[in-house]
Amino acid sequence: MTIQEIQEEIISDFSVMGSWEDKYEYIIQLGKELPLIAEEFKTPDNLIKGCQSRVWLHTELKDGKLIFTADSDAVITKGLVSLMIYVLSGHTPQEIASAEIYFIDAIGLSSHLSPTRSNGLLSMLKQMKLYAIAYQAKINQQ
Amino acid sequence: MEHVAHIITEGLDITQIRKDFPILQQQVHGKPLVYFDNGATTQKPQVVIDAEARYYEEYNSNVHRGVHHLSQVATNAYEKARITVAGYINAADPHEVIFTSGTTASINLVASTMSRRFLKAGDSVIISAMEHHSNIVPWQMACEDSGATLKVIPINERGELKMDTFEAMLDDSVKIVSVTYVSNTMGTVNPVQDIIALAHARNIPVLLDAAQAIQHISIDVQALDVDFLAFSGHKIYGPTGTGILYGKKEWLNKLPPYQGGGDMIKTVTFEKTIYNELPYKFEAGTPNIAGGIALGTAIEYLQQTGISKIQQWEEELMEYAMQELRKIDGIRFIGDAAERSGAISFLVHNIHPFDMGELLDQQGIAVRTGHHCTEPLMDLFQIPGTVRASLSFYNTKEEIDKLVAGIKRAASMLL
Repeated sequence: MTIQEIQEEIISDFSVMGSWEDKYEYIIQLGKELPLIAEEFKTPDNLIKGCQSRVWLHTELKDGKLIFTADSDAVITKGLVSLMIYVLSGHTPQEIASAEIYFIDAIGLSSHLSPTRSNGLLSMLKQMKLYAIAYQAKINQQ
Repeated sequence: MEHVAHIITEGLDITQIRKDFPILQQQVHGKPLVYFDNGATTQKPQVVIDAEARYYEEYNSNVHRGVHHLSQVATNAYEKARITVAGYINAADPHEVIFTSGTTASINLVASTMSRRFLKAGDSVIISAMEHHSNIVPWQMACEDSGATLKVIPINERGELKMDTFEAMLDDSVKIVSVTYVSNTMGTVNPVQDIIALAHARNIPVLLDAAQAIQHISIDVQALDVDFLAFSGHKIYGPTGTGILYGKKEWLNKLPPYQGGGDMIKTVTFEKTIYNELPYKFEAGTPNIAGGIALGTAIEYLQQTGISKIQQWEEELMEYAMQELRKIDGIRFIGDAAERSGAISFLVHNIHPFDMGELLDQQGIAVRTGHHCTEPLMDLFQIPGTVRASLSFYNTKEEIDKLVAGIKRAASMLL
């Protein structure tokens, strides 16, 4: 699936959820379930700073595709982090760098991408895009 | 609109009072707003909003300079606000009341001017472990500039100052003690009378950060005999960008001016500037005139409502809140002082404060989460932050019930 198709799938999943509780319970479940990052990568270097909830992000290039793993100490943030990874991980740096992320807004959690929220999701998205641009530049040099 | 049972208590008509605050009538996420972030800022009664608007509509003009009618009206209103503030804290002279932009500016004024005139290497400044960053960083800067040392009064596990240690810390090197009256994070009410008496016994001046006290506790600066008192207008139902520094005349006269500019001068030549008298010496530039006037209106509103009645109702609310919150499974209070006002900080099981705050918000309940600008205090308790509910006299017991139910609901989703 393309990045856009995955986003459409998430939006469709959320559209059937009636109440805020359904939506949050789903996100919290995602946050609780997924072991998102190997402990060895939860280093200060991988920590996205300046956030109320902490987010760790690790990036690897495998077969021309970027693989993201991440974690957060807040479970709602972690659920959203896992959605973000589901959308972006496993695509080429170019696809990631040029991707327009609109699903967070569409599922009614736009405040999570507000700079005032300082929950790490916006910083994480920026960081993912920066990695993608950096890897793309590297690939172009080769 | 929210249905609130008619509540008349301790001589206060809470239902009527809530009608004075237009913002409290709204819904958030489809639920009636329950506002428990009063420690961050309080809501404004209509009279304050009107006072600010009326200035711009009817007599906007610069103060202290114009010969024309509007300027005189504006100057009179601004100076009347100063007298209102002076009366509220019982200052001996309105000239001891300096308008600033907030508590932060007030503390920076004292720290900066003290450091220039009175601090040198070998001296020390005492603050406490529960200070807001705005009563830490200005003194760190003052100490860096002057070579003085910053010393910190420790606290016990309940979040109370260790007064024995404080007493032992007072020696001839100490040039000022700057502590908070009420902790913004834990709500601890510090024994300020004792602090002032102990410091004065060694001729050491005391600054009280009253940002979290002025809206809850009746303050008489002469009875306290405090040397400096700082607070913000927006936490006492006034506009943002307003604040007060009270200082004893003898101290304000001894300190050099803070910022240079218009209004703070008597005469200026390129060779020598003669500074203006108090309070203008510390009020360089055109001030927040509308804000200052509306701050006066906010204080008049409190005086009409009755600060002692407010204090009584808030104490009752606080007692009820603590009693009900204690019943929540897995709740842990950060700071559990015997004397408490305004704020309650807590954690529930191992739930991240951010998650709790977000699910409360979904239920229309506004609290604050995070370190509350007291990072050293969070480090002491070894936590990243807390959930903080902070009360005002317009809050009700019904709202506390909603908070408790909201926390339980959030916890059941998160655990």
